[in-house]
Amino acid sequence: MSEAPAAPQTESAEPATATDRLDLLLVPPRARPGWQVLPARVVAMCVVELQKLRHDRTELYTRAVQPALWLLIFGETFTHIKAIPTGGIPYIDFLAPGIIAQSAMFIAIFYGIMIIWERDAGILTKLLVTPTPRSALIAGKSFAAGVKALIQAVVVIVIAALLGVAMTWNPLRLLAVAVAVVLGSAFFSCLSMTIAGIVLTRDRLMGIGQAITMPLFFASNALYPVAVMPGWLQAVSKVNPLSYQVDALRGLLLGTHAHLALDFTVLTLAAAAGIAAAASLLGRLAR
Amino acid sequence: MTTDDEGRPGGTPASGGPDRAPRTPAAPAPGTPAPSAPPPDAVTCRGLRYAFGETRAVDGVDLAVRPGEVFGLLGPNGAGKTTAIRCITTLLPVPEGMVRVFGHDASRERMAVRRLLGYVPQQLSADAGLTGRENVALFARVFDVARRERAARVGQALEAVGLADAAGRLAKTYSGGMIRRLELAQALVSAPRLLMLDEPTIGLDPIARTSVWEHINAVRAATGMTVLVTTHYMDEADQYCDRVALMHHGRIRALGTPDELRAALSARRRAARNPAPPTTAPSPGAPATSPAPSSSAPSRPPETAPTLEDVFRDVAGSGLDEQSGDFRDVRSTRRTANRVG
Ligand SMILES: Nc1ncnc2c1ncn2[C@@H]1O[C@H](COP(=O)(O)OP(=O)(O)O)[C@@H](O)[C@H]1O
Ligand SMILES: [Mg+2]
Repeated sequence: MSEAPAAPQTESAEPATATDRLDLLLVPPRARPGWQVLPARVVAMCVVELQKLRHDRTELYTRAVQPALWLLIFGETFTHIKAIPTGGIPYIDFLAPGIIAQSAMFIAIFYGIMIIWERDAGILTKLLVTPTPRSALIAGKSFAAGVKALIQAVVVIVIAALLGVAMTWNPLRLLAVAVAVVLGSAFFSCLSMTIAGIVLTRDRLMGIGQAITMPLFFASNALYPVAVMPGWLQAVSKVNPLSYQVDALRGLLLGTHAHLALDFTVLTLAAAAGIAAAASLLGRLAR
Repeated sequence: MTTDDEGRPGGTPASGGPDRAPRTPAAPAPGTPAPSAPPPDAVTCRGLRYAFGETRAVDGVDLAVRPGEVFGLLGPNGAGKTTAIRCITTLLPVPEGMVRVFGHDASRERMAVRRLLGYVPQQLSADAGLTGRENVALFARVFDVARRERAARVGQALEAVGLADAAGRLAKTYSGGMIRRLELAQALVSAPRLLMLDEPTIGLDPIARTSVWEHINAVRAATGMTVLVTTHYMDEADQYCDRVALMHHGRIRALGTPDELRAALSARRRAARNPAPPTTAPSPGAPATSPAPSSSAPSRPPETAPTLEDVFRDVAGSGLDEQSGDFRDVRSTRRTANRVG
């Protein structure tokens, strides 16, 4: 067979596919101007996230359980005991923004674990071979985590409203709430992607993720005002972006006194720093 | 390592041997200038090296893939094929000047190189939580396909791999062969000039393997793109590749058309059987690998046509069976095979 000029592949090269209608696949798409690349990639990643959520909503439901329990049990109980000074508002109202931020943070930190899974599965690898700068890929992923967290936030807000928490319905304020949720999630997902770039395996990241979420939660103003914390915890809370997110959410949703300008500045800077850190370590993940 | 390694790569004569008809692309690549200047090679590697710590996965590879050909990188698990591919795709950092894709340097012009590439990695890399169409549309988006053209382009890519009917189903319901074809569509949607396929048929059953290859060939015939494929199935390479490079321990041990390589081995065997006394002794080019019986007893039938695998055993020398792939390689191959199902 080998010596004969037989070329069996020539006849098998005509399978029953419609190769006659491939004209578009002959023309490479034109590259976008540079400044459009980042927003385009962010949109692409967010679209994927929404498509996935549309196909499988179970995560949406299971993730609603925990915040509901926090509000229902912890919130209702402490509202009655009145053990925590909240400045005149019911404790459950005080707690609701904290729980929104907490559940968004849990999603974001889990998102970094998903990045490692996508690396192992080759999905991330393939995205890295597209004309997408690493920072744009990380930004896209972190805002996709933000979209997921945003949907979670809507669920928690609805639960809180059902439990009688008096929140604003001012659309401008709600828009600002959405921005705060997305920025916070962008930071926390980048934090976990950064750790992913350091530890490289899913098991280790899972352990670290579990180890840091609760301390981040407790070392913030989500459950109690900063004023009642011991000094050292106040110091930790000051460098914890979650505190700034909670402060912003509380100010926007409840109308309490908040440092909105500072909060949004810190959240924006934290998200940008997180994207830079995670992007610089992405190469290690790809290797 | 025997001394005859050095002279071998690329050393096989380009003429002679029953040349199979080169499958010229049906349509010339768009935008190719008039044939005055020779177009740059699709891939050029010069002294390509990459080490993971102590492991020298790729250890000095020189390679030129010509535009329009199907080039096969062959070798056992652990030979360094995937590492070489990842260097070419810009996934692994290489020094300037080592790798060029259509004349673009893989270290200086990453984005330009990536725009020319369609890449299907060794693992099954489609997103199981998305439909087939959504999987392809993602790659249309990240390659900047304009919105008004996106649906049509995605449709054509799916059509080209025979998945138009299954496009609305979640990828997790696909069989291994369908996932591979979906990945092919993902790679094709950006109209790449170079398609890089890393073990595209690993773990697939024979029918799915043939189907994947038929789609690769059909698309290649229609678009004229260059294909760089790795495989450890020698029979596939023999059947579908215009030229192959045999890789072992990070180095290329032989390079040429399958027919050339087989013809060269036949010649070497003949030479070993009837030794012409003055030339054999000093020449390092004549391999004495397979423990050839003393030439007085022609035990072997005169013309058993060698297969590519025979060529491989010949150029890789002994130790092929023991050293082909450490635990890690075998495990990752199994994992892929398992996921393929
Ligand atoms: N990420 C990695 N880290 C460490 N060693 C690696 C890594 N990838 C591959 N190797 C090693 O490099 C060598 C070549 O591997 P690879 O390129 O995957 O071979 P092939 O694709 O031909 O099976 C093997 O010895 C393998 O164990
Ligand atoms: Mg491999």
